[in-house]
Amino acid sequence: MRIRSRRSFLKAGAAVLGGVGSFHWLRTRRHDDGVPWPLRRVLETNEQLARDYFSASHLAPTFPESMVSLARENGGEGLSRDFDIRSWTLKVVSSVHSRRLEMTLDDIKRLPRVEMVTELHCIEGWSQVVHWTGARLSNLVAEAGSDARYVGMETPDGGYYVGLDMASAVHPQTLLCYEMNGRELTPEHGAPLRLATPVKYGIKNIKRIGTVLFTNTRPPDFWAERGYDWYAGL
Amino acid sequence: MKKLQSRHALAIRCFHWINFAVLAVMIWSGLLIYWANDVYRIGIGPFTLFKFFPESFYSTFNIGFRLAEGMSWHFTFMWLFAINGFLYISYTVFSRDWRYGGIQQFAYLTIIFMGAGSLFTGLAVYKPTQLAWLTSLLGGYQFARFEHFWLTVGYALFFCVHIVQVTRAGWNNFRSMITGYELVEAEKASGD
Repeated sequence: MRIRSRRSFLKAGAAVLGGVGSFHWLRTRRHDDGVPWPLRRVLETNEQLARDYFSASHLAPTFPESMVSLARENGGEGLSRDFDIRSWTLKVVSSVHSRRLEMTLDDIKRLPRVEMVTELHCIEGWSQVVHWTGARLSNLVAEAGSDARYVGMETPDGGYYVGLDMASAVHPQTLLCYEMNGRELTPEHGAPLRLATPVKYGIKNIKRIGTVLFTNTRPPDFWAERGYDWYAGL
Repeated sequence: MKKLQSRHALAIRCFHWINFAVLAVMIWSGLLIYWANDVYRIGIGPFTLFKFFPESFYSTFNIGFRLAEGMSWHFTFMWLFAINGFLYISYTVFSRDWRYGGIQQFAYLTIIFMGAGSLFTGLAVYKPTQLAWLTSLLGGYQFARFEHFWLTVGYALFFCVHIVQVTRAGWNNFRSMITGYELVEAEKASGD
């Protein structure tokens, strides 16, 4: 027993060292956008699996109006004070065939109006039921970007920016939103136009969109550069 | 006269200790995530008996402002937790290693269900739109998160009970989870 024990305990000791060593190795790898690169690779693998499973027919549940609560204001990046809402237009750019167009809020309001009451999930862990009103982003894709693989969006001051894969962008519940809980958007919630989509965490629901870019390369993403998953899909 | 008797197969010992390490990483990274919205407590109305967690807990274990890091570890080690857990359970069920007494068997069945519960409530929180059917089945997003949290508290309690039991069972028993063998009286060993 003693010999057997000694042998086993030596092996167990080696296994513990191996485990602690691997943990330390993982923790100290070169960072790729804020996380050790092996973890970044796993996040990308998770993304591939999620994108394979993703379907436009997987809809987020909708809720009765009575569950809507006062919407929390969270995150002011990209909402600089020197913004003149009256001179705002939405710039739509495609790097695939260098097409440009500019839209006013009235142009967007002329697109079919969609209302939905869905749950907004903050990556911090809280969630809220919100009544969104707007136009499907797929309208814009059909007009200017159907041949692109990604959609990038940024605020007029460039202070906040997100990237979306095309499948999420054309999901029927991905809206360019101009009303929230039955009222015009407030500046804190992203007036005059913001993104609302229950297929992504709140961090992708960019406020005060200035530019929409259709592209074949993965657009930069504010929070993905700070250690979060680029895909951030729900 | 005492004799060596095989108790735990090598596979079981590996699954057990891998599970211990992986679960430790899952709970640690889970805490990094939970911190960002730490809403649970034991209490009624305005009275709070215990808040999960006090500031001293966060500062002692350096939990705060590490949400992104927590998510990247959690969504990496979830694979190891699921794969190792699946193999552990399958091996236990299909091997001779399923031979404990009543209460112990009940405890281990409970922990298996808890493991499965963590997996499913975790998936419900991870993909509440793509897996909306699962999230709804578990009572919605916030309730699934609540369940996911309390299952983890359950593991912590199980761990304490487990440690007490292992201590009471003695060194020979603990050693068997490492070496695979225990010492038993010779006449008893031959009867097995």
